[in-house]
Amino acid sequence: MKWVDIKSRLRGWAHLASEAYNAPYRGTVARAKRDQDDLFMLLIFSEMMGVPNPATYYTLELQPILLERFHEWHTRMGMEHSPLDDFRCC
Amino acid sequence: MMSAIVPAVIGIVAVFCGYLFYSKFIAEKIYQLDDNFETPAHTLRDDVDFIPTNRVVLWGHHFTAVAGAAPIIGPAIAVIWGWLPAFIWVIGGTIFFAGVHDFGAIWASVRNQGRSVGALTGDVVSLRARTLFMIVIFFLLMMVNAVFAVAISDAFVATPSSVIPAWSAIAVAVVIGVLIYRMGVPILWPTIVGTIILYAVIYLGELVPVALPETFMGLGPAPQWILILFLYATIASLLPVWLLLQPRDYINGIQLFIGLALLFAAVFLANPTVVAPAFNTNVPEGTPPLVPLLFVTIACGALSGFHGLVASGTTSKQLDKETDARFVGYLGSTGEGLLALVTIIAVTAGFSSLGEWEATYAAYNTTGIDTFVTGGSLIVADGTPVPREFAATMLAVMAVLFAGTTMDAGVRLQRYIIQEWGTIYKIPILQNGYIATFAAVAACLALAFGAGGSDGQGGMLIWPLFGTTNQLLAGLTLLVLSVMLVKLGRRYIFTLVPMVFVTLMSLFAALYQLWGLFTGGQYLLVVVDIIVIIMAIFVILEAISAFTREKAAADAAGTTVAG
Repeated sequence: MKWVDIKSRLRGWAHLASEAYNAPYRGTVARAKRDQDDLFMLLIFSEMMGVPNPATYYTLELQPILLERFHEWHTRMGMEHSPLDDFRCC
Repeated sequence: MMSAIVPAVIGIVAVFCGYLFYSKFIAEKIYQLDDNFETPAHTLRDDVDFIPTNRVVLWGHHFTAVAGAAPIIGPAIAVIWGWLPAFIWVIGGTIFFAGVHDFGAIWASVRNQGRSVGALTGDVVSLRARTLFMIVIFFLLMMVNAVFAVAISDAFVATPSSVIPAWSAIAVAVVIGVLIYRMGVPILWPTIVGTIILYAVIYLGELVPVALPETFMGLGPAPQWILILFLYATIASLLPVWLLLQPRDYINGIQLFIGLALLFAAVFLANPTVVAPAFNTNVPEGTPPLVPLLFVTIACGALSGFHGLVASGTTSKQLDKETDARFVGYLGSTGEGLLALVTIIAVTAGFSSLGEWEATYAAYNTTGIDTFVTGGSLIVADGTPVPREFAATMLAVMAVLFAGTTMDAGVRLQRYIIQEWGTIYKIPILQNGYIATFAAVAACLALAFGAGGSDGQGGMLIWPLFGTTNQLLAGLTLLVLSVMLVKLGRRYIFTLVPMVFVTLMSLFAALYQLWGLFTGGQYLLVVVDIIVIIMAIFVILEAISAFTREKAAADAAGTTVAG
């Protein structure tokens, strides 16, 4: 048997195995992914749509920890003041 | 004394003739499959649920989804009446009942936009029947989880070498899941390496058998395992499917094919003798009568309502051509029939003498996975170079994994049902995934321990009740099919006769068990049995009412046919 034949046969098996693996759960996995994507979109775009970002509230706790790094970052970026409404600095 | 090759050959030839001739007749004359009919996989294609799939792949996952531990446990109990009744019910059931039922469930769903049998019960029969369907499913899941937990714990106690390999399989599954989803590794290599590891740890299991302490907090080893298993099932059913359930199903499928091939090969190579009698005239005292109990002791393997859920839940949405329904559905149940057949052979020919067999079958419903393991491993060791201990561990691990995966999926489905009830009846607390899971597990635990007391050994008492409920579900699916056929003006006798038969057998079996459970002081199971009887009566009433209604409508329209 030629090397090319072995390779193509292996590819056939690999395809069969991946179909056997994925076919029964395609829907479930796609739904789980869609749910995650929905949450992600909400987090990214919520404020744009006028919905207060629920993550903001929780990230408030990070403020003292991040304060110094945040100050360095916004001055390095050429902004005198914090550009974010919910993350005040100087 | 007869060679085991005889029933093996007759069984295999019969079910394949069933596929070649009977299923062809059903496909052409009754369901009238049409290659030009556009299946929901095409018309509703969304590449998520609805997607045309190669029929061999679809058959593979339909078969592995329906074949579990039940076609092993059922026949392992039912040969107590002799091998022939079990053989006839498995082979006849596969050809005339299960094949038509599974194949029909796919067809019915394909002809109705891929809707599930439960939804179709509402559309075709009545909304009351739909509610009945949901209740039957709830009880079925509760019983399946309880009974499989007991079966696994018994297997762990009987074959301590299977403990490490069975739990290692979970680790292997998680690693495969992570490799595929998180690291994007192509599937072939994890499959090969994973399978090799699975069989390698069987050796490890033999070297390090695990036995739990004799008593722990007043509990023996079996109830300790039951608690551990439900703890596991709780965690497993809350994990994402890609991490555990999906890779576990996949490696189970591989094990199923390897196990079936090895067992049949061993039967032909070892040529063992069937030591059990064809009809056991010397049944132990207290054994229930063959009719009706045989027909509920073996459900999966001859006819199982659970298949209808798989057939109409996922399979029908992925069917490329309508004519593939015959290949996928009928051959799927044929595969399961063959697993039941090889189990019958293992538990009747895997013993050295009739005396030894009679000593094992000393009472009804005390045999199960460990009997299959004992008999099967003897045949495998005789016919192949595989040593007996290795074969025993391998078969025990195979059965445990099947039952374990069913438990994972069962608890998960149970949780969905409880959450749905929370939504329907506006009970917010039940809508919470964790609470719903704990409620599901608590119900199953109550049944597992409530049935047999704190030793957990009596949990197998539920087995015939589980079979009864499973057959009621099959009866409902067959009712949907029969009503659909009446509406279409076609012959309905091929689905109606199996429907009447299983429903009546279920009712008789439930009635018979009632007295035994009552005198045995099993009051929890008496309550469950009464619920089963009520469900059976309702199925019959629904069937009569739907039938007379549709028959009258068909008569008025002049489309009726005789039978």
